[in-house]
Amino acid sequence: MSIILPEDPTPIARVPSTENKTGGWRTFRPVINYEKCIRCYICWKFCPEPAIEFAPPDKYLSPKPALAKFDTVEINYDYCKGCGICANECPTKAIDMVLEELEEE
Amino acid sequence: MRKLTIPEEEYMLPGHTACLGCGATIAMRYVLKALGKNTILSIPACCWAVIPGVYPKRTLEVPLLYTAFEVTGAAISGIREALNAMGKEDVNVVGFAGDGGTADIGIQALSGAAERGHDIFYIMYDNEAYMNTGIQRSGSTPLGAWTTTTPGGKKRMYKWEPKKNVAEIMVAHHVPYVATATIAYPEDMIAKLKRAKEIKGPKFIQIFSPCPTGWKHGPDKTVEVSRLAVQTNAFPLYEVINGKYRITVKPKHPKPIKEYLRLQGRFRHLTEEEIELIQKEIDRNWKELLKKERCSQEEE
Amino acid sequence: MTMMILTGNESAAWGAKLSKPKVIAAYPITPQTSIIETIAEFIANGELDAKYIRVESEHSAMAACIAAENTGVRTFTATSAHGLTLMHELLIWASGARLPIVMSVVNRAMAPAWSVWTDQMDSMAQRDTGWMQIYAENNQEVLDSIIMAYKISEKHNILLPTMVMEDAFILSHTSEAVNVPEQKLVDDFLGEFDPPFKLEPGNPEGYGSLIMPEGPYMEFRYMIAKAMDDARNEIRKTVEEFADVFGREYSSLVEEYKTEDADAIMVVIGTIGSTAKDVVDMLRDKGKKVGLARIRYFRPFPFEEVRALAKKTNMLGIVDRSYTFGYGAALYTETKGALYGHADIPIKNYVMGLGGRDITPEILVKVFEDMLKISKEGQVDVEIDWVGLHGDERWSI
Repeated sequence: MSIILPEDPTPIARVPSTENKTGGWRTFRPVINYEKCIRCYICWKFCPEPAIEFAPPDKYLSPKPALAKFDTVEINYDYCKGCGICANECPTKAIDMVLEELEEE
Repeated sequence: MRKLTIPEEEYMLPGHTACLGCGATIAMRYVLKALGKNTILSIPACCWAVIPGVYPKRTLEVPLLYTAFEVTGAAISGIREALNAMGKEDVNVVGFAGDGGTADIGIQALSGAAERGHDIFYIMYDNEAYMNTGIQRSGSTPLGAWTTTTPGGKKRMYKWEPKKNVAEIMVAHHVPYVATATIAYPEDMIAKLKRAKEIKGPKFIQIFSPCPTGWKHGPDKTVEVSRLAVQTNAFPLYEVINGKYRITVKPKHPKPIKEYLRLQGRFRHLTEEEIELIQKEIDRNWKELLKKERCSQEEE
Repeated sequence: MTMMILTGNESAAWGAKLSKPKVIAAYPITPQTSIIETIAEFIANGELDAKYIRVESEHSAMAACIAAENTGVRTFTATSAHGLTLMHELLIWASGARLPIVMSVVNRAMAPAWSVWTDQMDSMAQRDTGWMQIYAENNQEVLDSIIMAYKISEKHNILLPTMVMEDAFILSHTSEAVNVPEQKLVDDFLGEFDPPFKLEPGNPEGYGSLIMPEGPYMEFRYMIAKAMDDARNEIRKTVEEFADVFGREYSSLVEEYKTEDADAIMVVIGTIGSTAKDVVDMLRDKGKKVGLARIRYFRPFPFEEVRALAKKTNMLGIVDRSYTFGYGAALYTETKGALYGHADIPIKNYVMGLGGRDITPEILVKVFEDMLKISKEGQVDVEIDWVGLHGDERWSI
C-alpha cells in the first residue's frame, strides 16, 4: 500500500514559521524617514513579530553626527503585518504608515 | 554598536499567525528574552496555542508542550518533577496561559501547583476575555466591558462583575514570587522575570496584554493602551516577594480612567455614571494596594 | 522471588514499584486509596526513587502524567470510577500523544447512587480512548499485568497507554498469596524507558499543535489503530517472554477453561471467572459439558480468539458486569460484531452484578442451565437478559 504516513507517531512541529511570509497581510506599510530616526530602537523593542532588524550605522543617513556611530533599523517587509505600533510609539514620528499599492497586473 | 534596554537575543520567529498588534506576542517575546533558551514551555488552549501556526510549523526557539485547556498547573508540575527526576533542576519550566485557562477553567490546577510549591513559572497573559474562541467574557474581564457573551443589548447586559484578581489569589497561596507586568514596560517586566528566576518555588506573573481584536482599538494602539492602563491605575504594576508588596511603577499624577476607556470600543457604551463607578473601583483598589505595600513593608 | 500476602491494591503498588516509574501523580478515590498509600510509603522509606505529585484531582493526575511522560520518564497512576471518568478527556489525549502510561483501575460502580462496589462500567466507558485494557482475575495477575503492561506499551511500534483493571474489594481489599518477583529480573525484563521523542531543552519542537483537515490528522488516528492491532502479537510475545523469565504462564488475550467439547461456553471478564471455574468443575462432574472463557485483554479486542471459541461450541453466554445503554452490553455487542459472518450459534447477553451485586455460584449454575437449554434448542429466548433483578423469579435460588 502506498499510504503516506507522518514520520512521527504524534504531531511534532519542527518547521520554522519563517516559511510563512506574513508580509502579505499588510494594508499599510511602515516607512522609516531616516532623517528623523534617532536610533533609539523603541520600534524594534515593541514589534510583535518581530519584523524590525538592525542595520549597519552607515547604511542610512543619520540626522546628526552624534548618532552616526549607532546601528540603525530596517523593517523586514517579508513579515511586517503593518500593525503600526512602531509608528505610534516612535518618539520623533519618524515612521509613516503608507497605504500599500496594488501591484500592476 | 547599539544601546538596548532589553536583551537582544530573539527566541521567537516571525511568520506566526497572531493578529496585527497582538499584545500576547509581545509578552511572549519578552518572557523568552528574560528566561533564555534553557526553558520548556507548556501552553494550553488559548490564542498562543494557534499563534505558532499550523502543524508542522513552530515559531518558538524552545520546546513546547501543547495541552488541554484546564491543565497548565498540573502539566508544569509534571514536567518539573520529570526533569528533577532526571537531575535537570536548572531548566526553566514555564506555563504560559491566557486569563481563561488561569482564572477560570485553569484555576484548580494552578492552585494545586502553587500549594505544592513546585519550582515553576506560571505566566498568565491577560487579554481580559476568552479571545481565542471569539471574545467571550472571562472572570478577568473588567467591569463594564462588552464581550460576545456580555453584548449589552436592550438589557445593557455588559460585564458588571468586578475583575477577578488572580495575582492576589496567588499571594494568598504564599508562593515566594507574584508580580504584575505589562508590555508597555518591558524593562520592568524583564527585571521581574530575572528576579523571579533567582527564586525557587512557584513564581506567578500576570502580564496585561491588550488585544486589538477583542478590545476594539487600533492595532497600532496596543502599547499605548497598555501604558495608559498603568498610568490610570487600571492595572497597577507591582511585585510581592515572600509577602512583601512593592509597587514598581507609581504614577505621580494618575490619569483619569476615561483616557484609558475612550481608546477602546469595548467601553464605548458606558454612561457617565458607569465611568464614575469604574473610577471608584479603580481608586479603591489602588488605595488598597498602597495600604498593602505600607503594611507589608513595616518592620515586624 | 518472595511470597507475600498482598491485597489486590498492594499487588498493584508492588507491580508499579518494581517497574520503577520516576513520576507518580495520583488522587485518592475509594477503593484505590491503598494503592497510592502503599506507594507513598515505598517512597517515604526510600524503597522507590520517584517523585510523587499529590495532585488536586484525577484530571490533573492524568495531565501531570502526560506532561512527565512526554518529558521522557516512566509514569504511573491509579484511579477508579468517577476518577477515571473525570480523566476521560485526557485519556484520549494520552493515546493520541502516544505516551505509554500505565494506570491501575479499580473497577467500581458509577453514581448516582453512590456505590463503591464492583462494576465495570467505569472502564468499559473508556474503551474508545485508545488505551489497551486488561482485566485481572487475581492479585498475582494484577502485579504481573502491570509489569507486562509497561513492556508492551513502551515498544516503539505500540506506544499506547494501558489500564490494568481489578475488581473493587473482591481483589483490591482481599489478601491472596502473591509471588513478588526480584527487582533485578524486572529491571532486565523492562529495561530503561527509551522514548523515541521527548521534550528537551535545546530542541525546539512543539507537541500537539493546531492541524488542518488536509494535515495528517486522519493518518495519526490510523497509526493508533494500527498500533492497537499490532499490540495483539506483542501481547502474545510478551506473555511468552514473561513465562520464560518469571516462570508464570498467562494466556495472552483470552483464558480458556474446559472449553474443548463444551456445549455452551460462558464468556466473562474479571473475578467472575474465578467463581465460574469452580461452577464449571461442579457441572462437569455432573456430566454437563460447559466451559469458560475469560477475556483478559478487552482492548485490543480479541476477535480471533472469540471466533475460534465460537467454532468449539454450540452456544456462547456473554456475561457483562456493566451496561451500555442502547443495545446490549459492551462485551456482548463487540463479541457479536466479531462473530458476524463467522458463526451462527445462539449468543445471549447476561447482564449481572451491577453495583457490586453478588455473583454467587448458585446464580452462575442457573445461568449455565439457561445456556445449556438454549444450546439444545438452538434459539435465544431473551437476547439481553438482566440476571437477578429484584422480583424476577426466573433467577431466584
